[in-house]
Amino acid sequence: MIPEIFQYDFMINAIIASILASIAFGIVGSYVVVKRIIFISGGISHTAYGGIGLGILLGFDPMLGAIAFSLIAAFIISKLRNNASNNEDVLIGIMWAFGMALGILFTSMTPGYTQNLSSYLFGNILTVPREELYMMLLLDIGIVSITAIYFKEFQAITFDEEYARVIGLPVDNLYLLLLIIIALTTVVLIKLVGIILVVALLSIPASISQRYITNLRNMMLLSIAVGMVLTIAGLFTAYYFNLAAGAATIILSVFAFLLSNLYLKLTNK
Amino acid sequence: MITPVEFKNVYVRLGNAVVLEDITFKIADKEFLGIIGPNGGGKTTLIKTLLGLIKPFKGEVKVFGESPETASKHIGYVPQFSTFDMTYPISVHNVVLMGRMAVKGGKKSFNKTDEEVVKQSLEKVNLLNLSEKLIGNLSGGEKQRVLIARALASEPKLLLLDEPTASIDSNTGVLFYDLLQNLNKEITVIIISHDIGAISKYVKKIGCLNKTFIYHDSKDLTKEMIDKSYRCPIDLIAHGVPHRVLEEHHDS
Repeated sequence: MIPEIFQYDFMINAIIASILASIAFGIVGSYVVVKRIIFISGGISHTAYGGIGLGILLGFDPMLGAIAFSLIAAFIISKLRNNASNNEDVLIGIMWAFGMALGILFTSMTPGYTQNLSSYLFGNILTVPREELYMMLLLDIGIVSITAIYFKEFQAITFDEEYARVIGLPVDNLYLLLLIIIALTTVVLIKLVGIILVVALLSIPASISQRYITNLRNMMLLSIAVGMVLTIAGLFTAYYFNLAAGAATIILSVFAFLLSNLYLKLTNK
Repeated sequence: MITPVEFKNVYVRLGNAVVLEDITFKIADKEFLGIIGPNGGGKTTLIKTLLGLIKPFKGEVKVFGESPETASKHIGYVPQFSTFDMTYPISVHNVVLMGRMAVKGGKKSFNKTDEEVVKQSLEKVNLLNLSEKLIGNLSGGEKQRVLIARALASEPKLLLLDEPTASIDSNTGVLFYDLLQNLNKEITVIIISHDIGAISKYVKKIGCLNKTFIYHDSKDLTKEMIDKSYRCPIDLIAHGVPHRVLEEHHDS
């Protein structure tokens, strides 16, 4: 007897979406956490909101707008890093706010637009259509291949960027590539938990995993597993208690993070 | 023999400030040069110029007869371990393996030779037994030796160390300098530090950097050096280094 929950197509889609997204944020979140660029990732994902607004206004797929804007954001950030005045964080903050403001402006200019904007801000995994799953799969394949090819190089630039530069690695290009896969990952995550909560899924599973492993590859694998458990648990919690899935996932993740830290403290690790 | 390092009237600017002014010096093969100077005197900038990370706006830098950008692969750079994140999940072995990327370039994967060189490098710094440990679980002195092993793994002709003893205790420091003296039998060593007391005992030559560079191709600390960077003698007194240490060197 199949439980009732699995008889709904939207639920099956949501579970597949959770699994696909976990692969992306397990890998990319590990880089984000070890390189400590969570603020940069937040900047990229919020800037994407401008692209969503533009898509709604001009009538093309808002996710394409999100991809375009997040890629532009990644490119700008990679250029900002080498500016002499060293105010990268201020500029990212400005870009962050500007992207959000553009999104709100564009949607308010759209005649007769009544769709609930909160699905982009907070996610709505239960409405993920089949085509979007193919897009996620494609992005996953891209992220996994790029990581497989450039694993050594990414490890070198995230561990010690200056040394990587000294030994002649193309650090600026590698960093741009890393920002690009972060951008694509945040786009995948927008459907799942929404722009505002993307930062949590990039950082929490990877931070939990980091304490239990001894190398980056295992950190990625464990983050993927932790992510799958948390997102699917969030989905079920949302279904049975009639809650917003994105918020439920994040709250569960935060509890998991606290519990993990408590466990490590008690066992003195 | 090609001169390992040569600066000719080099000026370097950071933003609007001139940080290095008219730096001219040259060092010999198998030299062991200590560069001292106050914090903010341009030591880090000098390192970055040597590594080709910063370009001078005037003058010329040659490293093994080449420009620093192309020659940096010959330099085994040892940064301060305290400046980077030690929660990174990586073993000692894998940190040292990174040094091999300097030699291989491109996208080649690591092979037996790489593993062998990594093993030898770890042996030289006496860390082979900690090879599989997480870098974050080592003591300060051990971390610093891992970074030296990483530099050695790139089979450098010049070892360049930035404040290597800044975060380790003095006992460990002594062993550390013994290690450097040993390595110096085969390669040129430049060590940069604000701690003249410690390095003056071990190096062959001393230069003093405080925007300008005073270097007489000797180990003598002149009054000029002390005047130019007044913090040097303060360190000198604080560490109680006897004067004869600084004025010997007639035996060779």
